[in-house]
This record gives sequence, structure tokens and C-alpha cells, in this order.
Amino acid sequence: MKKLSKYRRHRAVAPLLLIFALLGIGTTFQVAGATTTQVMTAEERTKAIAEGKEIFLKGCSSCHGLNAEGSSISPSLIGVGAASVDFQVATGRMPMADMSQQAMRKAPIYNDEEVAALAAYIASLAPGPEIPTEEMLNYERDGSIAEGGELFRTNCAMCHNFAGQGGALTQGKYAPSVMGVKPVHIYEAMITGPQAMPVFSDKTITPEEKLSIIAWIKAAEKEPQLGGVALGRVGPVTEGLLVWTLGLGLLIGIAVWLTTKAK
Amino acid sequence: MSARERIAGNVASYVDDRTGAAAWMKKNLQKVFPDHWSFMLGEIALYSFIILLLSGTFLTFWFDPSMREVVYDGAYVPLQGVEMSAAYASALDISFEVRGGLLMRQIHHWSALIFMASIVVHLMRVFFTGAFRKPREFNWILGIGLLTLGIVEGFLGYSLPDDLLSGTGIRIAHAIIQAVPVVGTFLAFLLFGGEFPGIAFIPRIYTVHILILPGIFLALITVHLMLVWYQKHTQYPGPGRTEKNVVGYSLMPIYMAKAGGFFFIVFGVTAFLGAVASINPLWLYGPYTPGQVTAGSQPDWYMGWLDGLVRMAPPLEPVIFGYTLSLNILIPGLIVPGIIFTGMALYPFIEQWITGDKREHHILDRPRNAPNRTALGVMSLTFMLVALLNGGNDLIATAFDLSINQIMWFSRIGIFVLPPLAFIITKRLCLSLQRADRELVLHGRETGRLVMMPSGEFVEVHEPISAEKAWLLTQHEQNAPLELEESDNRGVRRPGLLKSKLRKRFAVAHAEQVPKPTMNDVREIEHH
Repeated sequence: MKKLSKYRRHRAVAPLLLIFALLGIGTTFQVAGATTTQVMTAEERTKAIAEGKEIFLKGCSSCHGLNAEGSSISPSLIGVGAASVDFQVATGRMPMADMSQQAMRKAPIYNDEEVAALAAYIASLAPGPEIPTEEMLNYERDGSIAEGGELFRTNCAMCHNFAGQGGALTQGKYAPSVMGVKPVHIYEAMITGPQAMPVFSDKTITPEEKLSIIAWIKAAEKEPQLGGVALGRVGPVTEGLLVWTLGLGLLIGIAVWLTTKAK
Repeated sequence: MSARERIAGNVASYVDDRTGAAAWMKKNLQKVFPDHWSFMLGEIALYSFIILLLSGTFLTFWFDPSMREVVYDGAYVPLQGVEMSAAYASALDISFEVRGGLLMRQIHHWSALIFMASIVVHLMRVFFTGAFRKPREFNWILGIGLLTLGIVEGFLGYSLPDDLLSGTGIRIAHAIIQAVPVVGTFLAFLLFGGEFPGIAFIPRIYTVHILILPGIFLALITVHLMLVWYQKHTQYPGPGRTEKNVVGYSLMPIYMAKAGGFFFIVFGVTAFLGAVASINPLWLYGPYTPGQVTAGSQPDWYMGWLDGLVRMAPPLEPVIFGYTLSLNILIPGLIVPGIIFTGMALYPFIEQWITGDKREHHILDRPRNAPNRTALGVMSLTFMLVALLNGGNDLIATAFDLSINQIMWFSRIGIFVLPPLAFIITKRLCLSLQRADRELVLHGRETGRLVMMPSGEFVEVHEPISAEKAWLLTQHEQNAPLELEESDNRGVRRPGLLKSKLRKRFAVAHAEQVPKPTMNDVREIEHH
């Protein structure tokens, strides 16, 4: 002990202690905060695929065919990849509620494990786009809001509206609102091009640019209603509606009141 | 006489001695205006115009009408570092950095929408009550001019901030100019100073928006009001009201107080809207670049019908001698609006031609007593409404889960079918109401009291209406259609037979009435 205390004022002590302290903190955080990234073993994968196939046969095969080969009313799922399955099923679009023009977003029918199993099964049929990992989706670190806004207005606003509120497409189809969508699903939509949406490959919009778009969408989502009630953020139509109802209604009502004879 | 009264008297006589204003003031301050809520619709427009002038002046202190390229470094984070025009950047600064700027911008824009809406309801009042008849035809034309200029002025204001929405609007205006046959391309080059978008249009629009058009507005509004002053206001029919008098309150003090108070109420309602409801959130649109467009690009409501017409036009683009003729834009964008506005401006003269009535009219018509005119008005409004709805077809599609194509086809067919239908229904309704008036005069008011006769029959007791009411329901004149002789007294056909045949048919349709009860009818009933 005495030997050690002899060096306690050594000039290397302070830096050393600092290094130890930092290492300690770093290790603690690393261990405590580590996400258990599910690295599947081959066995687990086989099991997930088998489970997924079972779910598929029960819930999906009546339209998509027993081997996911598709039918006259539905596309083949061979080669669509895990990302497509995750987007369509986890946002509740699949299974469809009815044969309407377009599958709509609703409460998902399958839970996370079931979705993962389905995704594993479809991915096992042929290679396709994979589900982006959490590391790939750190939009707060890797995305720029301003650049995202420019990209959004150039590539997305023509269907999804300037504030991401959605808009109409032909024949009853529509571009849905992008508000309140999980980043992973936004990313998947861009790489898989669900329904009427085109695919935005990594060559057209790089992964960092995709994160910028997500960052802008999340900023728009959080933006307070500057200037008062936002009226749906859909442009002049709702403004005109308000003027003709509340605005002119009030003014004409007051004019009637002003010209009423005292009784 | 108190000291205060003496001083006031001294000041007044000092001014009067030098200007002779007392007699003029006395005459004009006693001028009588009739009292009715529908006479205040034009006032809403006038006051909105004053609000527009005031708030607009405020905005000019900070707005930079330049297309110089700048990099935004203001307070709004999602646009920081984005390249944009100085015009857009200064519009952002007005919204986020100028104290009260956003409120003023929103008041200015809401006020513009109220301005246009009140012009339209004012126009409807004047049309449906026949207030445009002699001697007020010129004022009617002035009003149509103000409406047209208002649309243009509003559109230019909407275009100034140079955001994505306004740029898209300018692009469409550019396309409409280009669609003019032969000279369109050259005209577009002249107005935009070269290829679209160029760097000239924002400064040019600015000059027109804040100087030229407001100046013309001021002049026209002054003439519009002076004519009302000179020709005196029309009034609704009622006991004691004739073609030769005006029944109402004198300007001072009652009308002055009412009208002055109403100005502050209009300002208050506009400021309320500006404070609680967002309008044109231009920071969300982003700066304009021709490569971008947003879903739901719509103009303000007063141009929505024009957008709707363009949206429903079929893709007719014939190529003639190697030149494309864009009928799909030319017809809905220029020809149809041209016909509508010319027809509107000429309507007083058209009606005069049909009825042959050259007398002055100061007592207003009840709309039901002019069935043909009322039906024509409702028909035009139906046309505009179908066009306006189609202008918002994409939002209707998403809001009500419909197909945009079906809405477009509904509009394409509806724009031809619904207006005539509206004409027929309105005319029938008017005649029905006339019949109801006749019933009321002859048989009195239904009391809801049922009496059982000795024979067991149930009869509802009717009460006679008051003399005033009976007068109101029977005061209008019912003229027989214009007599047109097809040949003169020697049996020679008059020239312009087709024209006079047409005129005759119009005249007969215009004079279709349910005969109002005469004194004889009433006496006969009383005799029963």
C-alpha cells in the first residue's frame, strides 16, 4: 500500500485516473445501453421461416397464393423482400380489410414477432430489400432537416402535399399522410415503393438523403401551429371555406343585428 | 350659452365664413340612407379595402421585392441554409422576425379573402333585387370592374411571396398567357422579361400590386360611392316608400355611428381571424423552384372556379400548320371567363332590351317578383359553384374517399346540366312563392286553429294580414311582355325579324307571372 501511495503525486496519475474513469463509464454505458441485436442463428431462422409460412398460409395465401406466387387479384410476393412485408403488415395495410382501391393504414393485425416471422418467410423465397437496422435509421445524427425539406419538396410533395398531409391520386387512389409514421416504415416505403408509390433506390436518393427526408418529416410533425389553427395544412381551400362560413357569417350576422329596429 | 358652446360656435363660424361649408354640410349630413342589413354588404368590402391598405402599407416596410438569390439564415430552422429569393426570405422575416409581422400578414390575407367574398355577396344583392336598373347601369359596370380587378389584385398578392404555391400559380398564369393564339408566346416573353421564371416578374408584380391597382381601386371606389351619393340609395318596397323619396336615417348622427362602428367590427373580425387562424403558412411551402410542385396546389377561393374550369377541360390541343393551339387552356382560362364577365357587365342593358323598360327604378324588386332574373342569377351561381368545387376536387376526393376522376366527370357533365336545371327549379320556386303571396293576401294567414262546423267539417281559421303586409305583397307592378309587331301597318315585314322573334320569346319568358290579387279579387273574397 505504501509503495502505491508513494506514486500518488506522480505526474502520470491524473491522466491515468481519467482514462480509467472514462473506460469505466464507457463500459458501464455500453453494457447497460446495449441493444440486444438479434443475431439469428440458422436454427432460429429456420424456425421463424416455418412460423412465418404457417401465418402466411392462414392469413395471406387466399389472395397471394399458397407459394406466394400471386393471383389475378394480388401480386406475387417472391422477391419483394422483408422490408416490403414489414411496411405492409406492420402498418396494418395488409391484410386488406376490403377490395378497395388501395390498402389503407390501420391498426396492425399481427404483432411484432409475427411480422418478423412473415418477413423471414418471404425473404427466404428470394432476395429482396431488407429491413433497415436501427443503426441505419439514426436520422437525428445523420440527417439534415433543411436538405430533407428540399428533397421532400422535389420528390414527395407532388403527391404527399407540401406539409406531408397526403393528397389524391387517380381513380380513388391516394398518397397517404406521412405524419405519425415510424421512421423505419418511411424508409421502407422509399426502398420498396408500396402501391402507387415509385421506388426511390439508393442511387436516386442516397441513404443519408433518406434520413434527411425522415428528419424533415419528423420536424414538420413536431412543428407547433405557427400563426394559429393550421386548418389541416392543405392550402387555400380550407381558408376559403373558413372565410365563407365563419368570416362572412359573423359579419353578415352583425350587419343584421346593427340594422334590427329596437323593439 | 356655455363657454364651450361659444368657442365651438366661433370656430364653426370662422370656418364657415371662409369656406361656406355650413350649407353644404347641412344638406349632406342630413342625407337619408335606408336601413337594411343587405345594404351593409358593400360596406364590408369598403372597410376591408381600408384594412388592406393599412396592413399592406405595413408589409411594404419590410418586404423586399427582389429575385436576388440569398441563403436563408433566419429564425426558421427547417429552411436554414436553403437558397431562395430575397422576396421569399423577407416574407419569412416578416413572419418570424418583425414584431407583429405574422399577424399583419395574416390580417392582410384574411382581409383580402373577406374583401372578395363581400364583393360577391354585394353583387348578388344588387343583382337579385334589380338595383342595377336605370339609372344605376354605370355603377353596375364599375362594380364588375372592381370585382375583376379584385381577382387580379388578389392573385398578384398571392404571387408575391415567391413560395412554392405562389410560384405554381404564376406558372399557370404564364401558361394561360401562352395559350393566347399567335401572340401568346411573345406576350409571355414581354411580361416575364424572357423565359419563365426569369428574374423580372416579382418586382413587376410588386409595382402593379402596391401602386397601380390600389390607385385604380381608389379612383373607381370613389366614383362608385359618389354615384351612390348622387343617385341616392335604392330602397326595399314598403309603406310610404316611393320612387321619389328615400325612407331611412339621416347620415348624421345615426348612420354615421352605425357605419363607423361597423368599420371597427369588420376590422375586429379580420384581426380575430388573423390572430387565431393560420393563412398561407408560406414557411411550409418552401421557396419556389420550377422543378417542384405540391399536391393540392390551389389558388385562393376567388380564383378557384377558374382553376376548376381548367381542371375539367378535356385535353384538346390541335396542331395547326405546325403550331399548337392549347384549346384546353384557352377555352376555360380565357374564353369562358371572358364570356361570363362581359355578359355580367352587359346584363342591365340586356334586360332593358328584353323588357323595353326605360324608366328609372329606385324601389327594389323582391327576387320572387322577377322570376326570370332570379333564375338566371341562380343558374350563374350554380355554374360557378360546380367550377369551384372541381377546383378543390383532389381535397374532396381525399376527404370523402372518392375518386378524383369521378368528381371530374361529375363536374364535366354537371357544368352543362346543373345550371339549366337550377334555372327551371328557381323559376318554378319564384312562381310558387308568388302564388303563396296571392293566397296570403286573399285568404289571410293560417292560424293553426281548427274549428269544427256543426256539420262535422273541420275548418282552419284564417286571419287577415295587416294592411302594410298586404301592400308589400301587392305593390309591385306586373307588366305585360313587350309588344313587337312583326310587320308594319301595310303588312310589310319589319327588318331584323329573327332578332325581334328572339326578343319576343325572351320578353314573354321574362314577363311570366302569377297575377297578383287586384282590388276586385279582394272585394270578391270579402263578399263571400
